[in-house]
Amino acid sequence: MFELYILLLFMILGAIIAVEIKDLLSSVIAVGAVGLGLSVAFLILKAPDLAITQLAVEILCLIILIRATIRRDIPTLNRRKEVVGSIIVLLFIGGFLFFAYLALKDLPSFGHPIMRVSQNYLAEGLRKTGATNLVASVILDFRAYDTLGEATVLFTAVIGVLAVLRRIGRKKVDEVVKEEDE
Amino acid sequence: MNKKIKQPGMTLIVKTITRLTVGLILLYGIYIVTHGHISPGGGFAGGVIIALSFIHLMLAFGKDLALRKLSEKLAAFFESFGAIMFLTIGLLGFIGGYFFFNFIFKGKPFNLFSAGIIPLCNIAICFKVGAGLFAVFVALILLKVPIKKE
Amino acid sequence: MIYLMCFILFSIGIYCILVKKNLIKIIIGIGIAGYAVNLFFILVGYRAQGRAPILAQDQVIQNMVDPLPQALILTNIVIGLAVTVLIVAIAIRIYEKYGTFDITKIRRLRG
Repeated sequence: MFELYILLLFMILGAIIAVEIKDLLSSVIAVGAVGLGLSVAFLILKAPDLAITQLAVEILCLIILIRATIRRDIPTLNRRKEVVGSIIVLLFIGGFLFFAYLALKDLPSFGHPIMRVSQNYLAEGLRKTGATNLVASVILDFRAYDTLGEATVLFTAVIGVLAVLRRIGRKKVDEVVKEEDE
Repeated sequence: MNKKIKQPGMTLIVKTITRLTVGLILLYGIYIVTHGHISPGGGFAGGVIIALSFIHLMLAFGKDLALRKLSEKLAAFFESFGAIMFLTIGLLGFIGGYFFFNFIFKGKPFNLFSAGIIPLCNIAICFKVGAGLFAVFVALILLKVPIKKE
Repeated sequence: MIYLMCFILFSIGIYCILVKKNLIKIIIGIGIAGYAVNLFFILVGYRAQGRAPILAQDQVIQNMVDPLPQALILTNIVIGLAVTVLIVAIAIRIYEKYGTFDITKIRRLRG
């Protein structure tokens, strides 16, 4: 699993660059690099369905983020840094990592999962559903309620975007609306 | 020179390459969806890839041509159709006893027509995800933001 | 050890959300934290020398990785994209109304 460590180091480096760089377009491109690294990590961890999905989703996400940032002449924020706030946040993150380290000792070690539920799925998936891709048999047959909820969330998000970005029934630029009308 | 500026979309090189590749991308998405129960892939990945093919067309040729191929109304119709198809498949399971019951004959494994309702569910999810993401992207493109001076 | 690196990636996202003042930077922080959570689920489900959970013709595969976290994350990736699009739409409306992405200025203008 040596290549996985290198890939994670690359992702952490990309994330730090994306957080700390001043230019917004470079930041968006750096987060795209992190997402593509995640796609390769899924491939190494033997999850090809997720690798395909992550690759396609990352490209679409990158297009939308670039659409949001391009042609906005954003003044670079050259305010003085709030030192106290940053130190408090860093202390909080240090505590979080310490307790995470304590909690991770109780997990089963890497590469040896428990798989109490999945034994059943692996043994009887083909006989009960007839699908040879076991991930598809889990998401669409054994746990189809998850997919139904996902469809609901997606529908709500699409309706939310269309409502936020609508063009009908909005105030015009010069129009003055009284208080009681609003 | 003036005529080139008035034309929507990108340059000639991008348009030629797009004309060659966009059909292949659409075909790849359909392949991913229909073989989702045998090989890696499925409704989510295929739907996003199909949406990306239309977005590719829109980025290269401008918004008019892409909207002529798949208009906003049609995208909204397809999204609702996907949702209703998925729910109908779930409700038809009451024939056999419970919600999302796999009521179709399962067929032989490793064939294209096997696994009962799973390919139909994949197609429904593909309609829903692809049309929904395309509608969102159209809404983001059509919005003209007036630059406000402080 | 590799779990801890995944948590470091998550905490970078949290740091970005808490400290930065730019709306686009906050969206990027949410995205990085989401990537870390997705990766952690798959890391927990991995089995040493495992195979992908796809049956092959004419052979029996003994050690497959866990398909359950993969199914959960497969839905989560698409939901993450939808949520990101929703936040970007709201950010564009805020830019249209106030002409800035800086959250402290937005709060001041609201009064």
